[in-house]
Amino acid sequence: MFKRFLAVLIARNHEFFRDRAALGWNLIFPVLLVVGFAFIFSGDGKTLYKIGVLADPLQASSNHQLLELKHIEFVTYDEKLFAMNKLRQHKIDLLVDFSRETYWVNQSSNSGYIAEKLLLGSSKNYQRMAVEGKEIRYLDWVVPGILGMNMMFSCLFGVGYVIVRYRKNSVLKRLHATPLKPIEFLTAQVCSRLLIVMTLSTSIFIGCNWIFDFYILGSLIDLFIIALLGTVSLISLGLLIAARSESEEFTGGMLNVASWPMMMLSGVWFSLEGSPEFIQILAQFIPLTHMLEAARAIMLDGASLWQVKQHIIALLIMTATFLISGSLLFRWQGQAR
Amino acid sequence: MSEILEVQDLKRYFLKNKAVDGVSFKVKKGICFGLLGPNGAGKTTTIEMLEGIVEPTSGKILYQGKVIDKHIYHQLGIQFQHTALQDHLTVMETLKMFSAFYEKTLPIKDLISLCQLDEFVNQDHRKLSGGQKQRLLLALALINDPQLVFLDEPTTGLDPHSRRLFWDLVNKIKSQGKTILLTTHYMDEAESLCDEIAIMDKGKIIALDRPEVLLQQNFSGALIKLPKQNIDASENNEKVVKQFNIQFVQQSAQIQSLEIQTTLVELIEQGVSLEGLQVKSANLDDLFLKLTGHGLEGVNHV
Repeated sequence: MFKRFLAVLIARNHEFFRDRAALGWNLIFPVLLVVGFAFIFSGDGKTLYKIGVLADPLQASSNHQLLELKHIEFVTYDEKLFAMNKLRQHKIDLLVDFSRETYWVNQSSNSGYIAEKLLLGSSKNYQRMAVEGKEIRYLDWVVPGILGMNMMFSCLFGVGYVIVRYRKNSVLKRLHATPLKPIEFLTAQVCSRLLIVMTLSTSIFIGCNWIFDFYILGSLIDLFIIALLGTVSLISLGLLIAARSESEEFTGGMLNVASWPMMMLSGVWFSLEGSPEFIQILAQFIPLTHMLEAARAIMLDGASLWQVKQHIIALLIMTATFLISGSLLFRWQGQAR
Repeated sequence: MSEILEVQDLKRYFLKNKAVDGVSFKVKKGICFGLLGPNGAGKTTTIEMLEGIVEPTSGKILYQGKVIDKHIYHQLGIQFQHTALQDHLTVMETLKMFSAFYEKTLPIKDLISLCQLDEFVNQDHRKLSGGQKQRLLLALALINDPQLVFLDEPTTGLDPHSRRLFWDLVNKIKSQGKTILLTTHYMDEAESLCDEIAIMDKGKIIALDRPEVLLQQNFSGALIKLPKQNIDASENNEKVVKQFNIQFVQQSAQIQSLEIQTTLVELIEQGVSLEGLQVKSANLDDLFLKLTGHGLEGVNHV
């Protein structure tokens, strides 16, 4: 069994790595996106200050002058630790607890300095608390999204399209006439694509990190494991979509149906925080959402695998569902001779 | 000689279309058995049922006396009519991949030599010519050292030289004691390679025996062919048709004759023009035309 699996795996890897155009595009496209985003968002485009306000049960802030200032966005936080983390990452410029007359400022934030002056203009007696923390750029936030999106396309189209092409031109029919079992063939496809996607994505991440010095708080090994789980889940989805069809046009449409919502609703480009509730619920049924949320939690918040266990469980359930359904529906041959 | 394959009342219906409608035949060990017929006759569906690729609607297939099953299918050698291989692989890599699928295989070196692929082993298989590709597909069909090899229209679209080369290969395989089941719509190919033939038309077998027996049964002497218009132009055309027992096949009038010279003189006496006259011994093309009353439509003869 292993001999047959290995033979298909090697053949598929040869097929991919010898296709120079496909290989080149798979490497260049995500790098171009990362470089493009780094360039576009390199300046400070913000026109507003963002001030965090800790939940204020005593209503001490109700008539505070600071809250009447224009061009400042106020965000209310229930958890102090969570809000402090946002401040450390420069996601907010200042954090104020009106009921305790205390504020926190990130000493390495220029915007924080200005926001502090605005607060002190109206409340000179507030107690100052300083925190430190490197700024999280949009690039740091978006890079898991870009790589995740690239991995998604590579998994869905790289597996789905290839299997449909094999079925359409009778490669599968020829393999069916051998003792090769569907599970051996499908496992080889999964492993081959996994190897390709992980090799390319890891190389791209390491290369771009060397250039842009990404904000990484958590473990790189944990990040790799999440990428691995997400990739297997997306490959399984590709297998499910390509389980029966022999029409490249139809499969292309189906792959678009799967990939576009993922691109828009998984938080590739922007956070889903603040989006309508049904969108957030819908996003939970998408593997890319879990992969990206877990990856960002590890990268930006320093979360451990245990802390992102709900995403890991979701990815495992989705993978099992897609793989089992794909195997049951799989057909070697199309209708055409 | 014992039978390696026996087919009993095999049927395959696609909704109302009776692609194969009650086919029965036996294939003896070590022979080349030809399944002949025009496109759409049901040859490929029949052979794919024997290969386990298509599920029969009903009927029985026995391999060496046992009902064929999944395990036996893997002992067969198969060359499909239309097939493709994985891209970007060399001839050697393709052979190695298929070799890995089987427990028992022939040495790849021997296959390369047998199928005359020595020059192309390190070449991307997509760069092979039609004939070279068919030889690679034949090598893949033989890789598991099968006793029964299915070749489904293996020379369709090949040039005459490549076809001859392929025929030589088939004869070599046959000389090794392997049984071959060949489908073709080339009657000259069947005459050259097949020990026994079954002629299929519209999903049924309409003739089954050795080619020479079928020809003897259906033709005596030589075959005189004239354009149909020559008979129509004769004043006594009705009498001529009866006297010479003329069969019209498409635009040709065919007369079987033991005494060619006498027949020709009599035709002239009846006022039949001999313009466009052909005299030849009957072949499988003639047999097929006689049995079905129609030609091999859509077939491009080489």
